[in-house]
Amino acid sequence: MPSLPYPVARLIDTALVGELTVVAEDGRPITYPMIPMLWGDRIFMTSSVLDSAKLAHVKHNPRVSFSVSDPDAAGNTPGRVTIQCDARVAEDDLNGGWERLFHNWASKDPAIIGLFKARLGFPLLFERALIELTPRKTWFWPDGRTDRAPQVTIAAEVAR
Amino acid sequence: MSPGFGLRRRTAVKPAAARLTESAEPNAAAPTEPIEVTPGDAAGEAPAGEAPAGEAPAGEAPAGEAPAGEAGLVRLSEYRRAVLSWVAEDAYPVNVDVEIDVKPGEGVVRFSEPPGFKVAPGSIVGITGSHVHPLPDGGFDERRHVTVWGVATARPRGRFVVKPDRVWTWDERDLPLPAAYERSLPRARRYFETLSAERGVQVRPRLSTGLLLFRATRAPFLSATFVPVLLGLAVAARTGFFDVLTAVITLLAASAVHLGLNVANDVFDTLLGADDANPTPTKFSGGSRVLQNALVTIREMSMLAVGCYAVAAALGLLLILLRGSPALVVISALGFFISVAYTMPPFKLVYRGLGEIATAIGFGPAMLLGAYTVQSRGSISLEAFLASLPPALLVAMILYVNEIPDRTGDAQAGKRTLPVRWSRQTVIRVFDMAAAASFATVVAGVAAGLLPLPGLLVLVAIPLAVRVHAGLVRFYDNPYALMETMATNIRLHLSVGVLLLVGYMLTIADQAFLGFRPFLW
Repeated sequence: MPSLPYPVARLIDTALVGELTVVAEDGRPITYPMIPMLWGDRIFMTSSVLDSAKLAHVKHNPRVSFSVSDPDAAGNTPGRVTIQCDARVAEDDLNGGWERLFHNWASKDPAIIGLFKARLGFPLLFERALIELTPRKTWFWPDGRTDRAPQVTIAAEVAR
Repeated sequence: MSPGFGLRRRTAVKPAAARLTESAEPNAAAPTEPIEVTPGDAAGEAPAGEAPAGEAPAGEAPAGEAPAGEAGLVRLSEYRRAVLSWVAEDAYPVNVDVEIDVKPGEGVVRFSEPPGFKVAPGSIVGITGSHVHPLPDGGFDERRHVTVWGVATARPRGRFVVKPDRVWTWDERDLPLPAAYERSLPRARRYFETLSAERGVQVRPRLSTGLLLFRATRAPFLSATFVPVLLGLAVAARTGFFDVLTAVITLLAASAVHLGLNVANDVFDTLLGADDANPTPTKFSGGSRVLQNALVTIREMSMLAVGCYAVAAALGLLLILLRGSPALVVISALGFFISVAYTMPPFKLVYRGLGEIATAIGFGPAMLLGAYTVQSRGSISLEAFLASLPPALLVAMILYVNEIPDRTGDAQAGKRTLPVRWSRQTVIRVFDMAAAASFATVVAGVAAGLLPLPGLLVLVAIPLAVRVHAGLVRFYDNPYALMETMATNIRLHLSVGVLLLVGYMLTIADQAFLGFRPFLW
């Protein structure tokens, strides 16, 4: 069941990088550039155990926000989006659980294929948790003009 | 605001090859999120840019951040637009692209409240500038980002001003991937410890048993064993001694000692802090890193070392039973002692600057004469001793050169290796002398009639020694650029050993089939 408007889904699918903002234990927002991967009606990203701070933040507070704000990194498409999400960290299978997204990842960052082949040298780089985002509310600027009012969509309404 | 900037700053694009040359390591490939390293790391803060799981108590600044200074704002000023983030009334964070006005001189950032959102005056906001450069064939590079935090103060007409008090910067050019990886290992280990505690069972990274053993034992370095053992067998064969069964057992026993040495070395270097203190390990230096990567426990590695030594001891006893001689007992005991005493307290030979000598004896005369003695049933020849010297010198040089990138961590851990003790000039000069001596030994041996004439084939490897010298001169202080030199140095040892072996094979073939004896030996 789709929870994202089609143009938004397309933008996320195109974007090489987006920004995941989580809330740290001290209440501050921390923003991480991440590669978004669309899978069904969810947005996925992965984090290696080497950069596990964001995982701790999400586990502590699953309320997050995700944005695509860089037209350069989104195939020169002008749109910008902010998505309020509930996040879940999947760390049951750190070694292989994320590999179902490998194709999506490699399509956005082909260099990872070579690094993956050399994983013996960097084994913990490929011990990765999945961060699964379930969209709740979307603010979309089709023309990228965030100084104008956005199109606001509640995920449940899209699903209906 | 800098005129001429686009929505995101586009910098001059460097070819990927140029970036690799500059950083001298394969960091073009990237994980989903970069391994984050900030200037804070260098200042001795917790590594790698973000707060480790469970490490920072609530309210403490994430690792890698620093008080916001002008430099952080200068970095942010590269961006005309940035992602503004704050925590809204519904407790969800919000992040929105906004235009920013950065004034590093004034120490402030200004922005307008984005339409459709409410930024509460007095709330803490983050402002993140992020940059990637998409590549024509897919993917991206030039990854960097900067975040500043501060309290948003309201101004008229929906404007806000922030005087940042914290900054977090990351730029993939700041640190090569292997170094960033190593710096992040403590956090990864804590992550596994925390996850294990949450689940009540031990969780750790997985690697297939075969690959794990391959890496833990550093099996590729077995060439250092094969060379002297095969040479010893060849010298024996030339003088008419050769038995296949004991030759195979000798090779297996020597390999088991070598693998035991490698594993024990990791155990003791970890217990003594040398491997953890090494900030720039490479695939040739700094140990196997299986303990640092939490792939095995110290207990498992200890058991593996004991297992290797047990196999070696059993095979050694078998050889003594089959070909026992006082010489073999003495050589075997010497080999075992050197292997164990290499890093084990209280001996710690390598910590006392005796590693090269121990390695030279162990992987030179001990192994070569041991193999020879098994075949000759106890006799020792001057020829065998002489043939052991070139590989002995060059295997010591493998250790010696590989210690160069480790010298900072070694010094911190009290591991007083020769590169720790000596100046750059002395280290390079001693390498030159050792390499020259290894070739001179062969020439002198041939001239004296102690080594076969085809042994001069080793001179073909001289260019490799020259390349190692050049690499040391050029890359002495760059651990990752030095990797190619370390590889060449290993090839130098292997080439000299194999060429000497080929020389012996030609001589043996001549003795058996051709009859050019006056010419060849």
